[in-house]
Amino acid sequence: MTPTEFASQLLQLGLALALAPLLVGWINQCRAWLQNKSAPSLLLPYRTIRKLFMKDAVVALQASPIFRVAPYVVFGAMCCAAAIIPSLATDLPFGRAADTIALVGLFALARVFIALAAMDIGTAFGSLGARREMFVGFLAEPALLMVLFTASLISGSTSLPTIVDVFAHRELAIYPSLAFAGVAFAMVSLAENARIPVDNPATHLELTMIHEAMILEYSARHLALIEWASSLKLFNYSCLGIALFFPVGIGVAGAGWTALVAAAPVLVAKLAVGGFALALVETLSAKMRIFRAPEFLGTAFLLAVLAMLVNLLLGS
Amino acid sequence: MATLPLYAQFINLFAAFLLLLAFAMLAQRRVLSLINLFAMQGFALAVSTAIVAYGTHQSHLYWSAGLTLVLKVLLLPWLLHRLIRQLDVKWDVEGLINIPTTMLVGIVLVVFSFNLALPIAQLSHTVTRATLGIAMASVMLSFLMMITRRKAIPQVVGFLAMENGLFFAATSATYGMPMVVELGIALDVLVGMIILGVFFFQIREQFDSLDLKHLETLKENE
Amino acid sequence: MSDNALGLVIAAVVAWIVIGALGLVRPRELRFVSHLLFPLGAAVGLALAVVAFFALGQLPQSTVLPLGLPDLPFHLRLDSLSAFFLLLLGAVGAAISVFAAGYFRSGEGAAPGLLCFEYHLFLAAMALVLVADDAYLFMVSWEAMALSSFFLVTTDHRIPEIRQAGFLYLLIAHVGAIAILLCFGVLQGGSGDYTFGSMRSMVLTGAWPSVAFFLALFGFGAKAGLLPMHVWLPEAHPAAPSPVSALMSGVMLKTAIYGFLRVTFDLLQGQLWWWGVIALVLGLATALFGVIFACVQSDMKRLLAYSSIENIGIIVAGIGLTILFKSYGKTLLAAITLTAVLYHALNHAFFKSLLFLATGSVLHATHERSLGKLGGLIHRMPWVAWLALVGTLAIAGLPPLNGFVSEWLLLQAFLFTPSLPQSFVNMLVPLAAGALVLAVALSAYVMVKFYGIIFLGRPRESNLAYAKDAGWFERAALSFLALGCVVLGIFPVNVIAMLDPVNAMLIGSTALHADSGNWLLLTPINADRASYSPLIVLIGIVAVVLLTAQVVHRLYHGRVRRAPPWDCGFPLQTPRMQDTAEGFGQPIREVFDAVFRIERQLPSPFDTAPKYAVKVGDHLWHWLYLPLARGADALGRLVGMIQQGRISVYLTYSFFTLLALLFFVR
Repeated sequence: MTPTEFASQLLQLGLALALAPLLVGWINQCRAWLQNKSAPSLLLPYRTIRKLFMKDAVVALQASPIFRVAPYVVFGAMCCAAAIIPSLATDLPFGRAADTIALVGLFALARVFIALAAMDIGTAFGSLGARREMFVGFLAEPALLMVLFTASLISGSTSLPTIVDVFAHRELAIYPSLAFAGVAFAMVSLAENARIPVDNPATHLELTMIHEAMILEYSARHLALIEWASSLKLFNYSCLGIALFFPVGIGVAGAGWTALVAAAPVLVAKLAVGGFALALVETLSAKMRIFRAPEFLGTAFLLAVLAMLVNLLLGS
Repeated sequence: MATLPLYAQFINLFAAFLLLLAFAMLAQRRVLSLINLFAMQGFALAVSTAIVAYGTHQSHLYWSAGLTLVLKVLLLPWLLHRLIRQLDVKWDVEGLINIPTTMLVGIVLVVFSFNLALPIAQLSHTVTRATLGIAMASVMLSFLMMITRRKAIPQVVGFLAMENGLFFAATSATYGMPMVVELGIALDVLVGMIILGVFFFQIREQFDSLDLKHLETLKENE
Repeated sequence: MSDNALGLVIAAVVAWIVIGALGLVRPRELRFVSHLLFPLGAAVGLALAVVAFFALGQLPQSTVLPLGLPDLPFHLRLDSLSAFFLLLLGAVGAAISVFAAGYFRSGEGAAPGLLCFEYHLFLAAMALVLVADDAYLFMVSWEAMALSSFFLVTTDHRIPEIRQAGFLYLLIAHVGAIAILLCFGVLQGGSGDYTFGSMRSMVLTGAWPSVAFFLALFGFGAKAGLLPMHVWLPEAHPAAPSPVSALMSGVMLKTAIYGFLRVTFDLLQGQLWWWGVIALVLGLATALFGVIFACVQSDMKRLLAYSSIENIGIIVAGIGLTILFKSYGKTLLAAITLTAVLYHALNHAFFKSLLFLATGSVLHATHERSLGKLGGLIHRMPWVAWLALVGTLAIAGLPPLNGFVSEWLLLQAFLFTPSLPQSFVNMLVPLAAGALVLAVALSAYVMVKFYGIIFLGRPRESNLAYAKDAGWFERAALSFLALGCVVLGIFPVNVIAMLDPVNAMLIGSTALHADSGNWLLLTPINADRASYSPLIVLIGIVAVVLLTAQVVHRLYHGRVRRAPPWDCGFPLQTPRMQDTAEGFGQPIREVFDAVFRIERQLPSPFDTAPKYAVKVGDHLWHWLYLPLARGADALGRLVGMIQQGRISVYLTYSFFTLLALLFFVR
């Protein structure tokens, strides 16, 4: 590991931590515009996190240590995930320690911990949220893995930096299977990030909520960490999508500082467009009943399987 | 991969789109979206035919691409939309089997048709032969859609989509059929569509519904 | 000491038998049995594990014991494959013995001394199965294993359900044993020599290798719980005392895997690709079946039993893939897959024993097996709860624990499959990989349900407030197994290096590249292709967690206020409002509705005492087993017609038999 690699790693992790709340703010702003509402400040998520850190934590009487540890573990898992997804350049030494399968494993680790923490309090809401979250997860996780497998089959590697290196710096070639994988990935991302049509991030209506039901008991610094982690998760998924499907502009390994600097505005532009697209999807579609979710995710899963099939069949 | 020329890669891409749209149609519940998807499939077909024409310098394929565009992207969807407006049917498509199961069956069909197409593709010498399996798969998927749907209009869309698949198969295996045949099929489809439209009105007249399960009452029991 | 490792193994077997026999000397003396004999047995197990560990890389050793029938001495052989499974048996068996020392109490079913005898006989029989080198000794110890475990399962034989479960187990074990016997009959190829050595040199022709393979698949599959022979597992595991469940699920199922590997890769020469496809499909079907059923269980031990079925399915699918690779001559890939198989077997032994033992502690503390009557035990039983958490995370396949490593290896193997020449097999791969991933994701669902409902939340019954944490013996055993889960998860390169002799023996290639001398990074083919380092991942997560906690507490404050949870403005929140086990499994029941046979009893709206009951059954039971049982009954009645009750009729039968025999032998 050279110093440049190390610096690139730290820079990308820091960028993810810093930009993730901004992405959420941007999406909220876009959505407000699209829905003819007056938009909240772009920086509102930062202020919320800061405000939450200042407050006294209120923990339920019957909470066990798992409840208090979970936000940190979730945050830790999301940071590790951010450390292996190339956003600016593929110089990621940590990427050698964890590949795409481990990435999905890290997401699963976060999911299991937050579900356990939700069950820890023993209220009806908590266990309902945990059940629904695991329910969404059991289909979303395989679908995501199959999308990543398609990319791995094309590039001959499960290591994300290598995949992006292959994708971003090959001679022009079109992979039809990525069309399937892309659709599947978009569907999974919506579900995994608690977005419409699977979940609604802006609701506290008990019949519909999933993610919010789980974190109902959290307050102050624990809630801040969870909010930050979930914005980080959204950021991770966005960067993953960019890396897999629109990798042009991501610096090649060993390209040095200029490439990193050049990649930053490209990344911001892509994230802005992606965020707007997400707001558009959320505005245009309605939330599904919870039992439509398996159909939605089952479709995503099968599309991802199909992507692998097409990849093998068309020989590309 | 690198050995394939760029246009062939594009054909593969559009073939994949064709299959993707076939699956999307299989998974779609709304009639209106179904018709839009059908139009998109027609568009993908027209573009891929045009690319084949460009890549292999077969000028008659431009004509068939144009024909596809006019007939399947503009005329037929317009007719279907008009039909829906007149019949005032905008309900959800109720499938006989739930959607993930249908898609699972669809995937099995894809594997099956690729295995079926493999020996045929080896006989063919066109650059597009790899897409033959996709063409056959989309025929099968459209057939599956017709089987699993209960209402009349989705079945007709399935029928038309099946024709899309056949057309694509012809293009990918032998660079298209002779123009006369193509024109004939196009006319057939159009006429078939019009006749079916007439039928719809008759069916609804008879049963006050387009649910095809009512046709079961026509069966003579003895 | 490695010069005579086999002798030491035999000594361990003898020691176990002696310890068991000592239990019979003073069967009612609980302190003698539990505080002396079980720890002694554990020490023997540990010693066996050490011996096996050193024997892994050694050349095979064999010996002939002049026991048994006059012309049929016992052949024994210790090679890498045996050594690996002996290691598993010794290590996990030792932990379970320590647990058993604190677990068995008098007044629960059979006398402790008798249990001790059966228990150690079971251990000894399993060890003998692993070193047997002829069909005769193999079958004798296989039967001894089945019988001793049958008696252990029916410890509480006064309960009719437990008797029934035991008989079901015995029945399927014997159907399987017949298939295995037939398999050996085919393998000896008419030579009449039943030693494994002669079977190895025998080249079978025509359809015979396939016949032998499928007999082995059926026979060992029945013991392992492969579809459709899985029905005994969810009955026998809840019936047995927890250490026995742990031993059966953690170790005994692995002896079936051992036997299957022994026949497929050692005794049979050359494998056909379509065997692999069938094993793969059957394994995946079993895995999905097991995990889907585990989702809807409401008895904690039944849930774990179904989860065992799932894991066995994954292992068999891996074996199928290994056969596939080996038959196409891709030895490197076959070695990776086999490594994943062995690794998963070892992992499963550790985490499943851990969880079964944890349910044992819960059972002792609460006298309750039904998930719907537990809850909140993390406050009452912190030791058990935290150690079980390790097992839960491991079995859910989460990094950086051990379950993830074997799944990672297996998925890597799937990603390599497109290099196979057969297009049909190639197309199977995405579907198979999808099914595997689905099973793994569902197991996370199951485990959240298992852990969350038992240990988290609020106690659903008032008597749970008196639950006591496990004793020191039990804590030690659980800690050992949890530590095993962590170590196996963190140091995969060392573990795989340990497994490589087995690969070399069965496949002829090793999974670890010579150039990947890096103990930190696990790189199956080369570093560009894939790499994984659990230690770095663990350090990464822990570092972030500690750093965040420090920063948050330093920059802001660490103030915490305790308050009742938010009650939605409805103050009458009771623990019964939490999800029950049925409730947690309900979405899965809804999605996979067709797989279950559901009998539901809904109350009418006018009921004064409404009662809701749902019974989730298994279609196979009704489609396969009940018709078979009815057929056997009918056949029995037909034969029963011969029975008259009059002596003279019986004498007539004998007379005619004699005449017939004389006629034929003439």
